Amino acid sequence: MAYVAIADRDAHAHDPHTFFLKYIWSQDHKVIAIQYSVIAIFVGLIALVLSALMRLQLGFPDTFHFVDPSQYYQFITMHGMIMVIYLLTALFLGGFGNYLIPLMCGSRDMVFPYMNMLSVWVYLLSVLVLLASFFVPGGPTGAGWTLYPPQSVLPGTPGAGWGIIMMLVSLGIFIVAFTMGGLNYVTTVLQARCKGMTLMRMPLSVWGIFMATILGLLAFPALFVSAIMMTLDGTLGTSFFMPAVSSMGADPGHDGGSPLLFQHLFWFFGHPEVYIVALPAFGIVSDLLSTHARKNIFGYRMMVWAILAIGGLSFVVWAHHMYVSGMNPYFGFFFATTTLIIAIPTAIKVYNWVLTLWKGDIHLTVPMLFAIGFIFTFVHGGLTGLFLGNVTVDLPLSDTYFVVGHFHMVMGVSPILVVFGAIYHWYPKITGRMWNVRLGKIHFWLTFLGTYAIYLPMHYLGILGVPRRYYALGDTDFLPPSVHTINAAITIAALVVAGSVVIFLYNMIVSLWKGEKAPPNPWGATTLEWQTPDTPPSHGNWGPRLPVVHRWAYDYSVPGAPEDFTPQNVPVDARYPTGTGHGEG
Amino acid sequence: MAIAVVLVLLVIGSLIFHFASPWWFTPIASNWTTMDDTVILTFWVTGVVFVVVNLFLAWVVWKYRHRKGHKADYDPENKKLEWWLTIVTSVGVAAMLAPGLFVWDKFVDVPDDAAIVEAIGQQWHWSFRFPGEDGELGHSDATLITPENPFGLDPDDPKGGDDVLVASPELHLPVDQPVKVLLRSKDVLHNFTVTQFRVKMDLIPGMITHLWLTPTVPGSYELLCEELCGVGHFAMRGRVVVTPREEFDTWLAALPTFDDTQALAAADPHAGAGQYAVCAACHGAAGEGNPALNAPRLAGQDAWYLRRQLHAFRNGVRGVHERDTYGAQMRPFAAMLADDASIRNLAAYVQSLPGQATQATVAGNVDRGRRLYGTCASCHGREGQGIWALNAPRLADMSDWYLVRQLLNFQHGVRGTHRQDFYGWQMATFADSLKNERSINDVVAYINTLDPQPARTARKD
Repeated sequence: MAYVAIADRDAHAHDPHTFFLKYIWSQDHKVIAIQYSVIAIFVGLIALVLSALMRLQLGFPDTFHFVDPSQYYQFITMHGMIMVIYLLTALFLGGFGNYLIPLMCGSRDMVFPYMNMLSVWVYLLSVLVLLASFFVPGGPTGAGWTLYPPQSVLPGTPGAGWGIIMMLVSLGIFIVAFTMGGLNYVTTVLQARCKGMTLMRMPLSVWGIFMATILGLLAFPALFVSAIMMTLDGTLGTSFFMPAVSSMGADPGHDGGSPLLFQHLFWFFGHPEVYIVALPAFGIVSDLLSTHARKNIFGYRMMVWAILAIGGLSFVVWAHHMYVSGMNPYFGFFFATTTLIIAIPTAIKVYNWVLTLWKGDIHLTVPMLFAIGFIFTFVHGGLTGLFLGNVTVDLPLSDTYFVVGHFHMVMGVSPILVVFGAIYHWYPKITGRMWNVRLGKIHFWLTFLGTYAIYLPMHYLGILGVPRRYYALGDTDFLPPSVHTINAAITIAALVVAGSVVIFLYNMIVSLWKGEKAPPNPWGATTLEWQTPDTPPSHGNWGPRLPVVHRWAYDYSVPGAPEDFTPQNVPVDARYPTGTGHGEG
Repeated sequence: MAIAVVLVLLVIGSLIFHFASPWWFTPIASNWTTMDDTVILTFWVTGVVFVVVNLFLAWVVWKYRHRKGHKADYDPENKKLEWWLTIVTSVGVAAMLAPGLFVWDKFVDVPDDAAIVEAIGQQWHWSFRFPGEDGELGHSDATLITPENPFGLDPDDPKGGDDVLVASPELHLPVDQPVKVLLRSKDVLHNFTVTQFRVKMDLIPGMITHLWLTPTVPGSYELLCEELCGVGHFAMRGRVVVTPREEFDTWLAALPTFDDTQALAAADPHAGAGQYAVCAACHGAAGEGNPALNAPRLAGQDAWYLRRQLHAFRNGVRGVHERDTYGAQMRPFAAMLADDASIRNLAAYVQSLPGQATQATVAGNVDRGRRLYGTCASCHGREGQGIWALNAPRLADMSDWYLVRQLLNFQHGVRGTHRQDFYGWQMATFADSLKNERSINDVVAYINTLDPQPARTARKD
């Protein structure tokens, strides 16, 4: 088969020998994955610190003099943008995508390794430009992560001069990096799977990452063109998004542009972006649940179709972010309907996760705890999405803390729980070491309970009408003093959660040296990455011969099989039966 | 094991939190009770799903936890079960969507008998306009905005002459009268939100958006901006006062039309010079100020700001707090000014006074002050020159000890707490962000280094 030849090109058989080529200027997808992940986690920690500073201001508004209003808006902007783009997108696709796709598909590497290497370095450049904006005159942009014009390029918004341009340039560079990586992920999945790995035998992690990458390749261009147009508006005085205005009593000379156009372009990217983060999380959590429950994923075909349906629908729901934007109100009928329809395939995924656990043999390992925690938080965040997706219900809740609570549950906490679970799950394969279980569990409980303590009350503050993106609430008649009490409590919970990240980092770093040596397949998993001849897998992944796949990815506890898992590369015979049609190639 | 118990506790805890939480809808004051109903319906549907799914999850985790000898089932698919779940979910979704769309249809369809009012947003203030006797609003354009025409109305449009202008963040509406609120922004995105009305909508520069409602309960409600509009977003407040029809009519009748504002005679600084003789006793012949008498420098201060403060002293909006001793001293002098014209003349004279560089009396960390001043610059200008469009007075070259005292007054609630002092309230929220006296000294020390002259631009009067 042709794709096998691509998977097994002998160029990869020649190992790089110098330290520089092996670990820095490396074309090995596993090294690139780690580089992506380390950069993403580093920049994510900065965003975490920013959120702690914001919470200090919100919880104790009269106490900490190091957060003034300008900085507050700069912090929320950088926090949001870093978390969504530079942490979650980069980590799921650049990190997990790079590590898992070739290993789970049985390839030696990505199809375009040189481009893959460029991708991570260009990503690093985008991060450096982003962080440099903290040091330019006026500091980083404080326009909110949505960067809405006109305010993002007009005086009155922090960083309206240099900061916003640095942000737009950084985003442009990021998209270049993502495109180089994304083309690789898609091509590798389509063209470089090993013999026997049909699409409907792929693990759901690969499906989720694959579909998310396609969404990214289709959605990021919308952000890219908006970034270019807004850069021109901000530097050359064009008017793509700028109408005639009176800014600070003076006429900045714009005319005829449309701020709404930017919002449509932004959310045409922005809504699929939610699923760019969510789909890999969906896929990965499916594999965590199945592996640690020793049971096949329930309704695999439905799960794959749900991923495809969600991916497709995610392109026709974007204006549900704009119900109160002043767009033609008739749009509300259409976008509310499409938005609530997307709840159906999403709900199916939730049912199937729970039904995967049903009648399983649930090992409550640390990755499993994170996966179960994810189901809870995702159910919560998904259900509150039904409030905001339904145009009438959204009206009173829009722009309040209900929204903040909702998107942090669904897009912050849920994917991050999967990220943590996935790191604990694959750490033994990536490093060849085990981590400390006790610290892992402490980390889980603090994160899971702490985040719920942060975000549950926010929904109720939102119903009360507490507006988001307020530096201080000041004296507001309809807000009782209890609002300030709960805000202080939320801040304390947030600091505890932020502190728990230190436990995680300590565990991960110290275990590199002190951890027990990991067996090649500590969880008894069926997928190919656990069947490599070396742990951690060496360059080229598979030694002299590529694996051959004989069955789907979920042959756990097959009746009659000698063990409670049968790896994908074990031929189907009387001793190792398979229970599904997926066994046939 | 623990996780199953915790899941159950979280479900129970969430329910208790839901029913016991003191944070719930602010009592509604508009016709949109159906919006609350859709929210509550959604709570019931999603609440049932939340409880059922998570309790089932907890039960599964407990029941099928790993034990010695226990083995998982092999159960790849169950078409019937999957279809049932899909259908039940679809029904639940439809049950929430259909009523929502029904209510939305009402929102989209503005009633024919709705009165019209325009709400105008700008960084970081509200103002309003009623259509006047002809029932139609005149044409407006952001490029027409000047200090003399802050609403940006087209003087050539005959429909605009009788438009009634509300140059204050307080809007009055008659109770039980459906009203279509047209939304216009001068500069950036804003959002018109009165929590008690439930409905909200963005203001977009370059186009007119709208929402409609019927206020049903008389009262005074805060108007909030809920679309990030720059650094002053959180301090962009207004007030909507719902009153019986007669009170509303009286309020409206006292407001000027656009024609009234354009017909106002230009202020006469020479006439103001005569009135200034009284002021000179404390503030000095050249308006240079006298710290010994606690009288700040006035020379060069913006006329529009002086007018507003004189009105505030005269109307008991400023200088009435028991701890505002110096403000109280100012009140009888302001009361001596006969009418609006004399206030205008006096303010014009004071603005025209050249003034000398003031002696710095406040010491602080200028570098730190420069950083803190970044937020202040958003309204008062990079050189502290003051910006009329933002209702922000000049700071540079003014008495530094006076700035410190006023910042402290704002922080301690001595100034900016009167319900009609909207601009003072706004300043108080920013003064709070300085948190302590050291920061105040630093920022004022930095203001002492500013040179307003090059940055002085067109000012009112």
